[in-house]
Amino acid sequence: MTALAAMPDETLAGRVKWTLHDYRTIVGQEFTHLLRQPSNFLWQLGFPIVMVLLFVYVFGSAMDVTGQGAGVDYVAYAMPGMFAMTMAFGFMNTAFAVADAKEKGFIDRVRSMPMASSAVVVGRNIADTLHAAVDLLVLFLIAIVIGWRSEGTFWETLGAFALLLWLRFALIWVGVWIGLLVKGIEQAGNLFALAFPFGMVSSVFTPPELMPGWLGAIAAWNPVSATATAIRELFGNPIAAGGSWPEQHALLAALLWPLVITAIFLPLGVSRFKNLSR
Amino acid sequence: MPTTTVEASNLGKRFKDTAALDGFDLVAESGTVLGLLGPNGAGKTTCVRILTTLLRFDTGTAAVAGFDIAREARQVRRRIGLTGQRTAVDELLTARQNLVLFGKLFRLPKAAARERADRLLDQFGLTEAADRQAKGFSGGMKRRLDLAASMILAPQVLFLDEPTTGLDPAGRREVWDAVSGLAADGTTVVLTTHYLDEADRLCDRIAVIDHGRNLVDDTPAGLKRRMGADRLEIVAADPADLSALADIVAAVAEGEVVTDEGASSVAAPVKEPVAALTAAATAVRDRALTVADIGLRRPTLDEAFLELIGEGTTKAPKEDR
Repeated sequence: MTALAAMPDETLAGRVKWTLHDYRTIVGQEFTHLLRQPSNFLWQLGFPIVMVLLFVYVFGSAMDVTGQGAGVDYVAYAMPGMFAMTMAFGFMNTAFAVADAKEKGFIDRVRSMPMASSAVVVGRNIADTLHAAVDLLVLFLIAIVIGWRSEGTFWETLGAFALLLWLRFALIWVGVWIGLLVKGIEQAGNLFALAFPFGMVSSVFTPPELMPGWLGAIAAWNPVSATATAIRELFGNPIAAGGSWPEQHALLAALLWPLVITAIFLPLGVSRFKNLSR
Repeated sequence: MPTTTVEASNLGKRFKDTAALDGFDLVAESGTVLGLLGPNGAGKTTCVRILTTLLRFDTGTAAVAGFDIAREARQVRRRIGLTGQRTAVDELLTARQNLVLFGKLFRLPKAAARERADRLLDQFGLTEAADRQAKGFSGGMKRRLDLAASMILAPQVLFLDEPTTGLDPAGRREVWDAVSGLAADGTTVVLTTHYLDEADRLCDRIAVIDHGRNLVDDTPAGLKRRMGADRLEIVAADPADLSALADIVAAVAEGEVVTDEGASSVAAPVKEPVAALTAAATAVRDRALTVADIGLRRPTLDEAFLELIGEGTTKAPKEDR
């Protein structure tokens, strides 16, 4: 059966080419999922949308973020927060998908095949980042409908977009690591208890200044806050930043935090992946 | 001339302080079905995971399709198919999309992947369901799709880890037929199971494993033969007749007559089963006794298995479970 003989991958160039091919195939699979289950995609966006409606229309009217009175400019403050929060919670999607692939034996099958087994993880990463970009576009549109505007230039707006994806990209490694760590999908479902404070104890919907001192400090140093504050700067939205270092250097912090997260969790995820054969 | 396709010797694997495999040997000849039979936790899955290059091992050597599994893992991966305990198909995709996906991941050119998918859909009886999402499939259909996915490169060796666990009888039959068909076409199959009827039906040889060690390696018929002769059994309709029935059985027996008061039965091994049965039945009629049942019992693989496992347990003092 000559037709079934796989292409040679003995040379380095051949291996690189085939590895990229494998990544593309896995990304393609993820996007077929998206097209197959548009409802799932919308459900995932349901949570940030509900949060926005809650905060903008229920709690927001009582919050004075600009010092000009309760509720003033709250939409402009909260929308960038919601973008950052959606990116932060995204790691759960990654963890869930990885745990599912592991539990169903998909990862084992791929590892027993003559392909680049890293494709399960790297392909997942690329697909999730692209998925997040689509999420963001939808959320931007919703924000514009609610009345939010970016006051920044085109490039500043694009930069903010990139910073959001940069955070999401870093958190994918957290998701991969957790997905490989947990026993199964059910455990992955419990991650919300972890994700919720991580996303919410931040400047996403409330200025850390308004929190008790110790909690405010945690919120100010939260990577999600760094991204939220940085994109508020870029969008020209109200910032309500305190005096702490990450709040004063939000752009730098928003660049550094994801780098630190990747530096920690990328090796952890890779070692976890290698551990599968131990 | 038979050649060996899977050959492993002295495989050892420890997880923390438990020995999952403890000097395990395994040989499968080309084009045969080898069954790995053993209770839960015996080391069956560990063995399959090692032979399919998923798991590193501590001691021993193994070659699959002529390649060393430790040093030439990539060569091995091109020549094996694996169907694990869970059906590893993408349930959101259709049957055809699944096979094309795996074809691409096996690095077939697009056209070849499509063509191969069509052929496998046909071979595994999935053509009609080809464009439906796999999540709506029955257990047997999902398993067949799973098998088809592991057959993309027409592997020399197919590893199946408990291929019918959790399937209903119809699903099991579908999978059995598919596996028999593959073996008939020359694929070497190594499967694990704890269903004895499955091993009996599918396997050319059965390796019984417990505590990570070989207990027995034999044909299904050979395993049963180890259990000795057929037994004649009479179940009394009235327990008062038991001693009279015991006399009848003793007259044709080739060994100890066992009376089971609880079951109201007497039984003994016999050498000429049919003659013994006829003689005993005649004697029962002549004495005008009534019996609930009279018959020959062939030793089943279950009995052979339980006896072997029992032996293994007493021979090898257990550490923990």
